[in-house]
Amino acid sequence: MEKREGQGIIRLTEVDKSFDDEKVVKKLNLDVREGEFLTMLGPSGCGKTTTLRMIAGFEQPDSGEILLEGRNVAGKKPNERNVNTVFQNYALFPHMNVFDNIAFGLVEKKVKKDEIRTRVQEMIKLVKLDGMEKRMPSQMSGGQKQRVGIARALVNRPKVLLLDEPLGALDLKLRKQMQGELKHLQRRLGITFIYVTHDQEEALTMSDRIAVMNNGILEQVGTPEEVYNHPETKFVADFIGESNILEGYVEHVYEDAIGVTMESGKARIPETGYNSEEMVYLCVRPENLKIDARSHEGFSLRGQVREHIFIGSINKTMIELPNGQMLKAETPAEDELVPVGTVVNIYWNPGKVVVMRTKEEMIYNIIERSVQIEGMPNEPIF
Amino acid sequence: MNRFFKKHLGVFVTVGPTVLWLGIFLLIPLAYVILMTVLTKNAYGGMDFIFTLENYRNLFANEYLKVFGDSIWLSLQTTVICLVVGYPFAYILANAPKRWKGFLVMLLMLPFWTNSLIRTYGWNTLLRTEGILNHFLQGVGLIDQPLEMLYTDGAVLLGMVYALLPFTVLPLYTSIEKLDKSLLEAGSDLGASRVHVFTRIIFPLTMPGIFAGSIQTFIPSLGFFFISDMMGGAKTMYIGNLIKNQFLSARNWPFGAALSIVLIVITLILMKLYTRVGSLEDMA
Ligand SMILES: Nc1ncnc2c1ncn2[C@@H]1O[C@H](COP(=O)(O)OP(=O)(O)OP(=O)(O)O)[C@@H](O)[C@H]1O
Ligand SMILES: [Mg+2]
Repeated sequence: MEKREGQGIIRLTEVDKSFDDEKVVKKLNLDVREGEFLTMLGPSGCGKTTTLRMIAGFEQPDSGEILLEGRNVAGKKPNERNVNTVFQNYALFPHMNVFDNIAFGLVEKKVKKDEIRTRVQEMIKLVKLDGMEKRMPSQMSGGQKQRVGIARALVNRPKVLLLDEPLGALDLKLRKQMQGELKHLQRRLGITFIYVTHDQEEALTMSDRIAVMNNGILEQVGTPEEVYNHPETKFVADFIGESNILEGYVEHVYEDAIGVTMESGKARIPETGYNSEEMVYLCVRPENLKIDARSHEGFSLRGQVREHIFIGSINKTMIELPNGQMLKAETPAEDELVPVGTVVNIYWNPGKVVVMRTKEEMIYNIIERSVQIEGMPNEPIF
Repeated sequence: MNRFFKKHLGVFVTVGPTVLWLGIFLLIPLAYVILMTVLTKNAYGGMDFIFTLENYRNLFANEYLKVFGDSIWLSLQTTVICLVVGYPFAYILANAPKRWKGFLVMLLMLPFWTNSLIRTYGWNTLLRTEGILNHFLQGVGLIDQPLEMLYTDGAVLLGMVYALLPFTVLPLYTSIEKLDKSLLEAGSDLGASRVHVFTRIIFPLTMPGIFAGSIQTFIPSLGFFFISDMMGGAKTMYIGNLIKNQFLSARNWPFGAALSIVLIVITLILMKLYTRVGSLEDMA
């Protein structure tokens, strides 16, 4: 296979993988750029580990190809690939001390004794395990073991480091600390990281790019800012951060906006490129959802305040729409609260909504029905 | 007294039968054997209650030392061959697909359910000069004269390995099965070839199993007298045969008892080693 210029360090094309007739990874296409921190994010069982294991060489794809540095690695064993893995359960060799664990790969490469010594020492310093060379894995804490696992992989100077939920077993505080250290390490060494997690906060804080996976399918690949602020699918909007998702259809197409009608009201949205009658999802982050006694231009959406929940520095307000759907709005804790039971107008700043196309779904038949809830003024909404 | 009994009823009911069992079937006979070793045999094959250490002194006669040497040598050979044959066997067993495992382990255990005497006879019919194997080899014209296979040292070794292989395989199987597969992946990920994954990871980590397998093979092999009787034609004398002879033919019970004590002591030492390694393994 000839080497094409400008492509990523890893490229997966149309990769499929099944276990016992169950499709676990479906038509996956992914380009990983040299030196980036790419996170694979998705719920449990979506195929993240399987994808990583195919890159490492522990599993073979059923079809499609995987290129490492432009070369097809089909049939290459893990020991013939220039990638290293940090395992979720650490997988340290229990019969070797820290030094020998870290030196394992270098011994395989027949590196000279004194070079092994200096490189291992360098790594031990890097992951802050000074003085622990002689410890056995059974005598170490989870965080320390994890550092050994990372050092053992990094000492080989791989092109790509694969990390499968490396911090999954650590407590919150240690996890936060290790997140920072890992990110720092990655920057310093310039090694490409492919990092698997199902913790969206971890993904958002550490990554250069996030690949969101669901059910074996790659839903969206983008920077944290892109996937958070411009989710391309309902799943991404829902999975990354909290979201209010409203279903509706385009009733009017104006020059510079569309008028969307939902089950519970209407909104005018400054977006173009949609057709009349098209089904859409509107996605609004809780911090962007506002409530007010006044009505706002372009919005006719009302709901009733149901509950306030304090979460440290913010206050979360739950608002019920006439059809029973609950919306979340977040405000700073010091802001004055709207009393529970008040009927309010719901709006958002025009730029703070994301519109997504949806497949034709069930909205039509119920959309004309107006819904009545207790305490709402008895005026038709539509 | 009655209250004491009531209070400890639970203890009597649970531990009592075990103590009784061990007392009747183990401690009393053992005490009797130990007592025998210091008695004097009389002319009629019985024993006189005259204290002597003669029986222990006799153990150091050259002919008996040779028996000990031969026995330990045979057991060592048996153990090593069992390990070499049993390790790949156990490895395949441990890595077999789940639905096959139970069946394969059962096959391994199957010989235990038939009498080992009968199984050894099976070898006889196979290896005899006018046995099946010789007939076959002559039939296909590979040999003119039947081979002397039975009643050789090789035949004894074969019989021993055959009888003891399951004792080696089971502990090996257990320790290979316990092996964390992600360690092998980690090894391969770090650049180790299959051979190196074996020598640097699998082999050292299954060391406890190898040790357990060796001891569990070595100990019973010392006492398997009937195999050398039946397959070796009793040409070479081993501890087991010697003890049997002292009790049954030579009618020298005190000396037979002293020999038994030696065997028991060797066994105990090995058992002690074995539990020591067991606890080391738990630490890892
Ligand atoms: N060796 C295997 N044999 C059969 N099924 C498997 C195997 N490995 C994974 N699976 C299945 O493939 C699916 C995806 O598994 P995978 O381990 O890739 O998920 P994941 O995204 O890493 O999840 P998690 O976040 O829980 O680790 C799951 O439904 C799992 O049951
Ligand atoms: Mg996983």
